[in-house]
Formats: sequence, structure tokens, C-alpha cells
Amino acid sequence: METIILFAPLVGALLCGFGWKVIGETAAQWVATGLLFLSALLSWIAFFSFEGVTEHITVLRFIESGSLATEWAIRMDRLTAIMLIVITTVSSLVHLYSFGYMAHDPQWKDGESYKPRFFAYLSFFTFAMLALVTSDNLVQMFFGWEGVGVASYLLIGFYYRKPSANAAAIKAFVVNRVGDFGFALGIFCLFFLTDSIDFNTIFSEASTLAETQVSFLWAEWNAANLVAFLLFIGAMGKSAQLLLHTWLPDAMEGPTPVSALIHAATMVTAGVFLVCRMSPIMEFAPEATAFITVLGATTAFFAATVGLVQTDIKRVIAYSTCSQLGYMFVAAGVGMYSAAMFHLFTHAFFKAMLFLGAGSVIHAMHHEQDMMNYGGLRKKIPYTFWAMMIGTLAITGVGIPLTHIGFAGFLSKDAIIESAWAGGSSYGFWLLVIAAAMTSFYSWRLIFLTFYGTPRGDKHTHEHAHESPMVMLIPLGVLSLGAIFAGMIWYNAFFGHTDRVAQFYGIPLAGAETEQVAHGETAAADGEQAEHGGDAGHGEDATHGGEHHAAFGGNPGDGALYFAPDNHVLDDAHAAPVWVKVSPFIAMLLGLGLAVWFYLVNPSLPRRLAEQQQPLYLFLKNKWYFDELYNVVFVRPALGIGRLFWKRGDGSIIDGFLNGVAMGIVPFFTRLAGRAQSGYIFTYAFWMVLGIAALVTWMSIGGSN
Amino acid sequence: MIQADLNVILPEIVLAAFAMLALVGAVYTGKDKTAPAIVWATGILMLGLAVWIGTRGTATTVAFNGMFIDDSFARFAKVAILLSAASVLVMSQEYMQRRGILRFEYPLLVALAAVGMMMMVSAGDLMSLYMGLELQSLALYVVASLRRDSLKSTEAGLKYFVLGALSSGLLLYGASLVYGYSGTTLFSGIIQTAVHGEVSLGLLFGLIFLISGLAFKVSAVPFHMWTPDVYEGSPTPVTAFFATAPKVAAMGLFARLMHDAFGAAVSDWSQVIALIAVASMFLGAVAAIGQTDIKRLMAYSSIAHMGFALMGLAAGTELGVQAMLIYMAIYATMNVGTFAFILTMERDGAPVTDIRALNQYARRQPGRALAMLILMFSLAGVPPMLGFFGKFYVLRAAYEAGLGWLAVAGVVASVIGAFYYLRIVYYMYFGEEGHEIEANGSPVLWGFLMASAAVMLLGVINMFGVEGAAAAAAATLVN
Amino acid sequence: MTVFSFYLFALSAIAGGFFTVVSRQPVHSVLWLILAFLSSAGLFVLLGAEFVAMLLVIVYVGAVAVLFLFVVMMLDVDFAELKAEMARYMPLALLIGLVILMQFVMAFGAWEANEAAEGLRTQVMPVDRHNTEALGMILYDQYFLLFQLAGLILLVAMIGAIVLTLRHRQDVKRQDVVAQMMRDPAKAMELRDVKPGQGL
Repeated sequence: METIILFAPLVGALLCGFGWKVIGETAAQWVATGLLFLSALLSWIAFFSFEGVTEHITVLRFIESGSLATEWAIRMDRLTAIMLIVITTVSSLVHLYSFGYMAHDPQWKDGESYKPRFFAYLSFFTFAMLALVTSDNLVQMFFGWEGVGVASYLLIGFYYRKPSANAAAIKAFVVNRVGDFGFALGIFCLFFLTDSIDFNTIFSEASTLAETQVSFLWAEWNAANLVAFLLFIGAMGKSAQLLLHTWLPDAMEGPTPVSALIHAATMVTAGVFLVCRMSPIMEFAPEATAFITVLGATTAFFAATVGLVQTDIKRVIAYSTCSQLGYMFVAAGVGMYSAAMFHLFTHAFFKAMLFLGAGSVIHAMHHEQDMMNYGGLRKKIPYTFWAMMIGTLAITGVGIPLTHIGFAGFLSKDAIIESAWAGGSSYGFWLLVIAAAMTSFYSWRLIFLTFYGTPRGDKHTHEHAHESPMVMLIPLGVLSLGAIFAGMIWYNAFFGHTDRVAQFYGIPLAGAETEQVAHGETAAADGEQAEHGGDAGHGEDATHGGEHHAAFGGNPGDGALYFAPDNHVLDDAHAAPVWVKVSPFIAMLLGLGLAVWFYLVNPSLPRRLAEQQQPLYLFLKNKWYFDELYNVVFVRPALGIGRLFWKRGDGSIIDGFLNGVAMGIVPFFTRLAGRAQSGYIFTYAFWMVLGIAALVTWMSIGGSN
Repeated sequence: MIQADLNVILPEIVLAAFAMLALVGAVYTGKDKTAPAIVWATGILMLGLAVWIGTRGTATTVAFNGMFIDDSFARFAKVAILLSAASVLVMSQEYMQRRGILRFEYPLLVALAAVGMMMMVSAGDLMSLYMGLELQSLALYVVASLRRDSLKSTEAGLKYFVLGALSSGLLLYGASLVYGYSGTTLFSGIIQTAVHGEVSLGLLFGLIFLISGLAFKVSAVPFHMWTPDVYEGSPTPVTAFFATAPKVAAMGLFARLMHDAFGAAVSDWSQVIALIAVASMFLGAVAAIGQTDIKRLMAYSSIAHMGFALMGLAAGTELGVQAMLIYMAIYATMNVGTFAFILTMERDGAPVTDIRALNQYARRQPGRALAMLILMFSLAGVPPMLGFFGKFYVLRAAYEAGLGWLAVAGVVASVIGAFYYLRIVYYMYFGEEGHEIEANGSPVLWGFLMASAAVMLLGVINMFGVEGAAAAAAATLVN
Repeated sequence: MTVFSFYLFALSAIAGGFFTVVSRQPVHSVLWLILAFLSSAGLFVLLGAEFVAMLLVIVYVGAVAVLFLFVVMMLDVDFAELKAEMARYMPLALLIGLVILMQFVMAFGAWEANEAAEGLRTQVMPVDRHNTEALGMILYDQYFLLFQLAGLILLVAMIGAIVLTLRHRQDVKRQDVVAQMMRDPAKAMELRDVKPGQGL
């Protein structure tokens, strides 16, 4: 079944991409879409029937070279199962959505065929992403990693007639190369240290790594820290974290369904997935995880500030994505991997929906993307409005404080913020709370600018604004279900009681082992665990205070995640004070209030504020000048060096040399050989005798030595 | 004793007896009308013999007082010789018949030449070496000028004959020197005189002359000059024959002589052969660039390829011999396919050999052009075609034998040589619109072309077991 | 006496060979060649190989050399022109010849028979039997294979000569023995009564 899930999209991509001339354009699209729905269906079955025990399904022999022996295998554990449903669900809905969105694209002339190509790319991306998450070893993962990179490149540059789309595609690819370099180094490093790339082997060596020192570049490093750090660089690139984030906003040049699928729900979360997957290593790398926390929090804050002032509807959501990814990294950094996965899971639904909703708006407004030209669309496109509303409620985290009732984002984001507090990172905690307020502000700003107020911009466009077709609205509807309920349904599984989480991820509990846990847990806890086993109540947990009824145990690699024996973030988070638990909610209200004041009550205020605070506004508007800085520091010197190598090195030296040889020396000898070939027997005989003489001379000189 | 000896050379006897019987039979019956049947019969007989020899076990038997050696090495070479000779023979039937040059003597001369080649690779004595060589050469001289009304063909035959006589003279002189210095003509005796200490200068001179004579047969520089003219002048099927079986036989004899008779003086001849190999590779690569006639081009190509095969020999190791054998097997297969293609090149019923006639060939015959492309890539040594692995083996053998410079030279030469193979591909795919050639030719030819191309692709998997057979063959020769 | 004869024959053989090469007249060359053959035959006699000596005289002098003479006389080759062409290459050829010669002097100067080689050298003269008989034993017993191969080579030469020269001409009348013998006398001749002035 897992094999079908993995390869159905590939089959779809191949059939659609290469076979559409045979089976027809529409049929090709339906084949790709149908196979994805099959994949999605099977994923859900796999998710629900999954027992928690890690399975390895070997597909084929992959690489055998020296001590490097590995198979192409599917690693089926809870992490994979979660990712499977996220990817296949969003992807199949996006496929469906694309029928409507891509129906009449102004980028293409009549009669040009672009749709099968688009669907084939989408399906290929899905395959690569599935390959990434199902991988059983690092090289296989790297294959998927690069595969999604390629698919992302192709899809961002899908409108290849637009120079800006090409530039964005190249930028995404090149920036990701930087991250991939780190990732590759991490793989090499792991192979160097453990002589294996299989997750199982690596994980079982994790504790050894923590005690190993390696010298890299000019310094001695702790092996676990170094590996974790290098892998995280890869994650930074893919997940658009600070310093390597610049490609994500530009990636919005791609068609909107692509943004929803790749740049919101799936590919960008690959970094988070990587960190969670490598949790056995991360747990032994305190410095690296501290770095992850700080960087994630900073990204969350940074992206939120930039999102405040953007006017392009897709860019706002893009920065929002960037910011939310920061949240996930904070969770992973403090050791609360399941909270990271929780947010990844819920975020996939509401962010995909926000993008698809934005796509619906754009579709309605004839590919106008500037929010300054929207306004008052609530009546024109009611379904889209409600979908966007649900998405916004979810992302801003609306819910009833201190309970587990609320939209998906409410539960997952609060879980992260509590984890950040419990993880002891006050920097992370405060930045995330502030970012939550800003998230609320820019999300509501988006809604108010788009759907409320008076129509702005081209009148004609507004008059012709129309609701999207059903194929676009159905995915919105399905995703909105996820955005509303995903959090409430799976809260306990992801962030509930320790033993619930442990059971969900298939992690053995500490009590079951003879190993002495730091906090003195004993086998006696077993009975208590059984008592609380069926207890789903979260509020009850909070009252338990600092008590640890159950603790994660097992060896690295036993379950889908690994928590070190001294990792008590989950329990500490449940025991967080009330002010911590309500702080994100208050921040949300603050943001909402500000947005209402700025954009409903007093619409002229934002402009005045921007004029007053010109430098700050420009700083944010220009995304903290990262692009400009990179342009000066990296791009120009690189271009300069490239030009030098090209003109001088390649052009003059190498080409000059090769052309000299190829066009001068070789033809010279050719002519010489042709002249020697006179056609006369005596010439030939003469050469033979000459040859004999030469050989005899050679031999008598050589032989006399 | 004679019974056992005869048993050892039974395949050769069968082939020779068949040739003589068929000769008598054809003379007294339909003469040239029987030629197609004889061609096929000879081809099938050779195929049968190849199978027989190939399954004759792994024993090493010495017959006729050491003059004839039947071992794995000889059997490997014989199978290659018989298979390539049979292929070329069968390919030529339709072509020659249409042009009225299919004489019934042709298949019989080829069969007798094959007997000579089989003697060559089994030679254990300078005299049986010479006898095999002459039997082969004489038959080749005749078939070279088979189109006796064509000036070029007779010129080719005559040139080949005169220069061949000269090379025979050199070889004989070398043999006499070796006999003079070692007191015997038996390889097993010659090697004994060199076991202890050094080899006398006279013996080395004899060796040089022997090498020169053999280098002529494999058309290695500087004894290659006959090759382009003879290839061009001979009827194309004969050229195809020249390019395959005799080369395998001569290389086999070369290896046999070097290792069986002079195995104790490896360091002495390895340098000489390395020198010849380098010269051949470079001359073959460089001179072919100026050629527009595909037969001349193939002549230079074969010179270059012989350089590579000699590189394996120059290594002087077991691996080297193995590499050489693999190389020759691949080389023969590639050439069979390529010549099958060349045989189909015609315009208005007349053969065409100008490579520019291939312009835009791919548009009209995509499948065949693709097969030819694969063969050209393989000849050029582009991975993943089999030709690459042949080169890879000899390069590795040379490198491991400490001849790093030779391996580097080989790589450079193959880069230069890639030019003219790729140029053919270029013409086929991107050439200018021009005078089209017809793609006639019998299904047999197309079959061989496709099969050869398929082998180049599929052989990558396990080389059809040739690797192991070559290793076993090399092991019996070098010990 | 034997020594004297040896040097006589040896010198005349070398002289014959030398003048064969340098003679301006082709016919003279062939005559010099005959001298070289005869001298070699003499050397064989000295060795006690009378049979080989006679073979040399009969086959080479009697057949080969005479054939050469015919060829030389029948073919109208302008040797002078060939010689002129060759003269252009003479200096280089001489140089190469000199180099090779010097090297051979080097090689032969350091002649020392290998110990192992001495042992391998077989007895030239048969001890117990007549040398024609010994030759027969070698040819048909020890070198049986080579003898047969030589036969094959000659066969190939014969086939080759026929292939390259024989032309079946259709307009030539040939004697067909079978047809001749199977002729029916009744059909061989037809009687016609030709009337005067009418014709057939």
C-alpha cells in the first residue's frame, strides 16, 4: 500500500507529462488527479491503520559501493504517516483546484498546451516529496530533497515567458543550493562518522556521536552538534529560515496552486520534518538546538514584521508562512518535536486554504494581486470570503483559552508557545508572542483590505469580479474542515498526555525499561500510567503541576521521535502558568483590535503612520534590506568571479588552448599523416624499415642498460 | 600419438576438409551458381565449430611435439575468429551477388584463412606460427583483389601482397635470429633461454623483427601504411573481413608469442609495444579526421583500436591479456555492426562510401540511424556503451602495470578520436540536406546492425560472460 | 680442404647476393642470384645434406631462377627510371642501413651462446640413417602438421592464381568430351537435297 502511495503520483506525472498527446489533455489531467486521490485515500487508510511500530518496506536495491550499502526502502512510522496525509491531501485538492485556476491562463495564447505540463510537474513534485518523507536513509532523502527542489524550480518558473518568474526560479534554486550544501556535508559527516546512511544505524550511534570530537574547517567540534548544525543548514534553505529565506517571497511568481502546495503546505515544511526525523541526533546536540530555537524565533518575528506592510496578497501569506515555519523550528529546537509536527499538520490545512482562497480572489479579480486594488469583495465572492475567514481565524489562533476548543491554529500555536516557555527559552517565548500579535494584525489586515471597505482600483475589474467555479470551492471547503477541526481532533495525540503522545509515535515509555531515568522514575509508575492511559483530558493535566506520571524512554530510533530522558518539555508545558497559556490569545486580540482600528474604523491612519515613521516603514517594506545586502555581498562578487572565469579562464585560457589544439595542431598532424600516405609501395616499405630501425635502436639503447 | 594429435586439431581439419570438398564439389557442379549456398554452409559450419570449440572444456593440450597448443586462450580467440568470420561471410553474400563478384572460391578462401588464423592462435612453434600466418595472409591477398576488374581492388591486393611479403621477410628474419640465439623454434624452448638472467641482444633483435612482422598484421604504426589503401580498395565485405577476424587472430598470436616465448622478458618488449601502441592510437585518431571515405576512416579507426588493444598487451600482465581479449571481442562486434551498415550504403545501386552521403539520414531512417549512433558512440568509447568498457579495461591494465603515461596518452587519443565518430553522427542527425542515399540491403545486414548495437547497450550488464572467459583465457596464457 | 671450400662457397654466396642487388642489368641480377643459389647448394653439400643441395639446384636454379629470367625479359620495366627514383632515397636508405648494420655488429659482437640454448640445439646430422631418409622422417613425422599446412598454403596459392586470372569466355569454343562421346551419328549430319538454282 505504501508503495502505491509513493509511486502513484510518479505514474501520474509520467502518464500526464509524456502521454497527454496520446490520451488527450483533459484525460491526462484526470489521470494525474485521479491517481493522487487514490494516493490520498490510501494515505488516510495507512494513517488510521498504523499501529505505531516502525516498518521498513524494501522497494529495490539502491546503492552498493564499498561499505556504503543501502536499499530503497520506505520507512513507515508516525512521522511518515502524518506527512503522507498532509502531502497527498493537499496535493490532491490542489490538483482539483487547478482545473479551475489554470483553465484560462492569460500567460498562454489560445491553443497552446500548458495544462498537462502543469499537472505533470505537480504530480512529480508530489512524488519527490513523498520520496523525501518515506525515505529510510539519508541519500534517499536527499534524492527527494533535490527532487522537490527541481519541481519547485520548474513550477516557480512555470510562466517561463515572464523574466521575473525565471529570476525567481533561479533564485529559489540557488539559495536552496546553499542549504543543500550544508545538508550534503551533514550526510557526508554522518557517513564518515557512522559508516552508514541508514536512519536506524545512525540513530543507534547517536549517543556515541555526542561523545565524539571531529575537526571540521579550523576547529574541533562535538560530532552530534556539528551534524545537527549542518543538517539544519539544509533545513534552513528548504524551510526559508532567516538568512536563506529570500527565495520564498519571490517564489510567489509561480501559479497560486503551486504556492499553496509547495510553498505553504509541503516542501517548505521538509526542513521541519528533517529536524524531527533527526530528533535522536538533535537530542544529543544542545548547542545546535539552541541555535535552531533562536533562529526560528527570530525568523518568526522578522517575517511577521515584514508581513505587516506588504500589499501583494500572496506575499503577505508568503511571509506568514515563513513566520509560521519559524514557530515550528522553535518547537523543534526546544525539543518538543511533536508540537512542531502538530503545527506543521494544522498549518498545512489553513495555509493551503489561505493560498487557495487568495488564488480564488486573484482569479476573481483577473489576476490582480495588489490588495490596494481590492476592497469590498465580501458580497461578490461570498464563499471565498468565508473560506478566507476560517483560514484567518485558524492562523490567528482563535479559540477558547484554557480549553481545547478552537480553530486548528489556536491549539498548535499555543502548544508551541507553551513549549517555548517550558523549554526555558524566554527569548523564543517573547518573540513568538509578539509575532502572534503581528500575525493576527496582518491576517486581519488582509481580510479587511480585501473584503471590507470600498472597492479600490480598476472599476471594471471590480464589476466583473465573480465567484470561482465549484472545482475551486470544493477544495476550499475540504481544507476549511481541516482548519477548523484538525487541531481539536488530534490535540491529544500530538500534545496531550505523555503516554498518549508516546503511544501515537510508538515511543516506549521509560518505566518499561530497567534503565534508570534521571528523575528517578520507577517501574511503579506503570500502574498509574494505565490509570491515565485513557484519560484524554488536558485540563486535568495542567493541575498535575510538576508531577511526571510518565516519561519518554527507549533508545534512539525506537519510535518515530526520540526524547532524551532529561527532556521534560511536554510536562513542563502542560504545567505552564495561566498567563503563559493565555498570552497568545491576548496577543491575538491585540492584533485584531489594531487591525480593526487601522483598516475599518480609521482607514487613513496607516498611511499617516507610514509617513511619520518613514525609515521604519521602508525598512519593513524592503524586507529588512536582505535582498539588497545579499546583492552587494554575494551576488555581485559571485557574478564578478564568474565573469572572470568565463572570459579569462574559460574563454581565453581553456578555449584558447583547446581551440589551438583542436583547430591548429591536430589538423596539422592530420595533413602530415595524409601526406605520408602517398600511395606508393616503396614509401610504405620505407616507413616499415624506418620503424624497424627505430625499434632496434630503441631496444639496443634500452637493452644495453 | 598421431591419433591424439589429430584429435586436438580436429576443428581445423574439419574446416579445411570442408573447404577442399566444397571446392571440388563446386568446380564439378554449378561453379559460381553454388556460391550463395557455400557461403551459408561455410557460415553455419563456422558457427557450429565456434560452438564446438567453445564447449570443448578447459583443458590445455599440446600436440605435435609442442607445435600446436590448444588451451583456453586459443579457444577464446578461435571462437571470436570463427564467429566474426561467419558473420562477415553471411553479410557479404547478398552484396557480392548483386554486384557479380560472388565467386565460389570466396567463402572457401575465407574458410582456409580461418584455418590459418586458428593455427596462428594455437601456434607453439615459430614454424607453425609462420605457416598459420602465411596461410591466412595468402588467402587475404587473394580476396583483397577479388574484384579483379577494378583497378583499386587489384592495386589493393598487390600492395597488400608486396608489403605482406616484406613483413613476412622481417618476421622470418626475426625467427631465424631467435632460432640462432636460442637453438630452438619451440616457444617452450625459447622461454627457457631467457629464464635465468638477461636476454641476449641478438635474441632481442629477433624479437623486434618478430614484433614488426606481427605489427604489420595488426596494422600498428609504423607498419600500418597498407591499411587505408587496402581497406579502401578491397570490396567492402572483404574490408569488413579484414577489420575483424584477422585482427583478432593477429592479436592472439601476438599475445601468444610474447607470453609463451618471451614471457621472461616482459620488461623488454613491453616498452616496445607501448611505443607502438601510442603511435597507433594517435595516428589512427589524428589521420582519420581528414578522411571522408568511410572505409578509409574505418581503416584508421582500426589502427587506433589496435593501439588500444596493444596497450593491454603492453601491460604484460594477466589483466592486460584479459583486457586485450575483451577489447578485441568488443572491437570485432562493433566492426561487424558498422560494416553491416556500410554495406547498405548505396545510391542508384552503386555503393557509396562518402560519409557526407549520410546527411540527414536520421530523418529518413530513425531506427537505423540510432543503431549506428550507438555503434559510433561505442567505437568512440562513450559510456555506457560497451566500447567504453573495453577501453576502460585496457586503461586499467596499463595503469596497474605501471604504465600510467600510456593510459593518459590513451585517454587523450580517444578524445581526439571521438571527433570523427561523432562527426558521422552529426552528419546523420544535423547534416545539410543533400543527395540522399538509399537504405537498401538485405534483412541480414539490418539484423547484424541492430544486433551489434543491441549488444553494445545490453552488454553493459554482464558482457555476456565474455569477461569471465577472457579471464580464464588470460590465466592459461600468463602464469 | 673443407675449410677452403666453405670460405669459397660462403664468399661467392655473399658476392652473389651483393651483386644481385647492385647490378644495373636485371638479367645480370638473376644470373648473380643463380650463383648465390649454387654456392648455397655447395654449402649444403659440405654439411652433408646432399638432398637439400640437389633440391636447391633443381628447384631454385632450375625452376625459380629461370622463371625469374622469363619474367624479367618479358616484362618491359624501365629499371633505369626505377633506379633514379630510388636514388633520391639513397642517402637516407644508406643511413638507415648503416645504423641497423652497426647495431647488428653490436649484437653479434656480443655473441655468446646461451647455456640453455646449447642444450636445445638439436643434432644437425642424423647419425644412424641416410639423410634423405632422415629428412623424410622429419617432414612426414615430426613436422607432419607443418607439411600439411604448407600443402594448404600451396592450395590457396593455386586457388588464388585461378581466381584472379581465369576468365570463362563465352565466345570460345571448347571441347566437351561428354557431348562428343554421346553424339548420335544419326543426328550428327543432315542430308539436304539442294536443287540447282534454288538454294535452301
